[in-house]
Amino acid sequence: MIQFTIEDRDGERQTLEIPEGINLSLMEVLKASDYNILATCGGMALCATCHVQVLEGFDALPPARDAELDMLDTLPDADPDSRLACQLRVDESLEGGIFKIRGEEQ
Amino acid sequence: MITTDICIIGAGPVGLFAVFEAGLLKMRCHLIDALPQVGGQLSEIYPQKPIYDIPGYPAINAQQLVDNLMEQIEPFHPTFTLGERVETLVRQADESFVITTNDGTSVHCQVVVIAGGLGCFEPRKPEILNLEQFEGKGVAYMVKNPEQLRDRRVVLAGGGDSALDWTVFLADVAKEVTLVHRSDSFRGAPDSAEKVFDLAKEGRINLVLQSNITSIHGNGHLQEVSITAKDKSVTNLAADNLIPLFGLTPKLGPIADWGLNIDKSAILVDTTDYSTNVERIYAIGDINTYPGKLKLILCGFHEAALMCQSAFRYVYPNQKLSFKYTTVNGIPTF
Repeated sequence: MIQFTIEDRDGERQTLEIPEGINLSLMEVLKASDYNILATCGGMALCATCHVQVLEGFDALPPARDAELDMLDTLPDADPDSRLACQLRVDESLEGGIFKIRGEEQ
Repeated sequence: MITTDICIIGAGPVGLFAVFEAGLLKMRCHLIDALPQVGGQLSEIYPQKPIYDIPGYPAINAQQLVDNLMEQIEPFHPTFTLGERVETLVRQADESFVITTNDGTSVHCQVVVIAGGLGCFEPRKPEILNLEQFEGKGVAYMVKNPEQLRDRRVVLAGGGDSALDWTVFLADVAKEVTLVHRSDSFRGAPDSAEKVFDLAKEGRINLVLQSNITSIHGNGHLQEVSITAKDKSVTNLAADNLIPLFGLTPKLGPIADWGLNIDKSAILVDTTDYSTNVERIYAIGDINTYPGKLKLILCGFHEAALMCQSAFRYVYPNQKLSFKYTTVNGIPTF
């Protein structure tokens, strides 16, 4: 199992346990877990509405690709530790990470 | 006033295909879209991306799909109002509707079909104190007419291609151009970023990096912006115009006030015909929701077909509809 923690907009934290080998993005897991997250473009790194801030475990993540960085650059509130949840695959790189939801609400 | 049978709000792929399905039943369509071109998300967001789940096309470029749809509906001569946002919907005594846009275009129709996809794309607004207070009074989210900025002190905010491109352009137009960006590098086109850095070196623009605009001030019109740097120091800068350029974000817009049942920015529909809770108003494509909803273009096409079969009774209340395949009847053009 892969464990990571989600902090919602109210600061509430919840640890999620996801089976290894599952072919989902963090955005898809957040939606499936009923977090209020828009994810407008469905995972194409085109809308930035699944913006998350990586509070812990940023360095373990695979580097962002150009499409993700381009979109993050359009966000007025992005930080150096910002990522798009749709571009993060749920695998061992997320283990132990803490992700704060920053994207727009539905 | 424009008169039509069906007014379709949204000229994306699903709205366009609805014209075809309506045309087969001899119903005329007028389409309204807030974007200046047809195609919706496909043309606006990802025109060059291939789509793999359109039946009959192993892969098709998004813009090519839009072009094909336009060719497919051409025999039905749809009419368009583009670059205008639907504002009001007024039901008439005979149950028909008059729709009016923000530019005053009026459309009389028997049926309204909302095919608005994600909704209207509106500018993403940064968190700046007093920002909305100065909208139209120095604050704008796009440059409509650069000449209006001639000889003015313009502050742009953002780090994407739009911010870079307008900074370069306005360097030759405005009296003073300042670009404020939260980072110390740009992810936009390298060529544009290089031009911006060169202009800054030449002293032709002010480049304020690792900073955000945090508040704006003025007396009836914008006069000053406050910029907060990463080290929390604050600088005030005289400015006539502020243009935050942080991309677009979808909003439901005025449709949210039409009395429709809405769940999380999507319109609830009856899956037998994709009608809403308001008679004669349908919602198809990404803007609707129902148990099992899949936001796929092909699902929107299916919804368009069923919607038209249902809408027929409002357009032709005295006629009986009998379903016919195009292989039998061909395309009965107007």
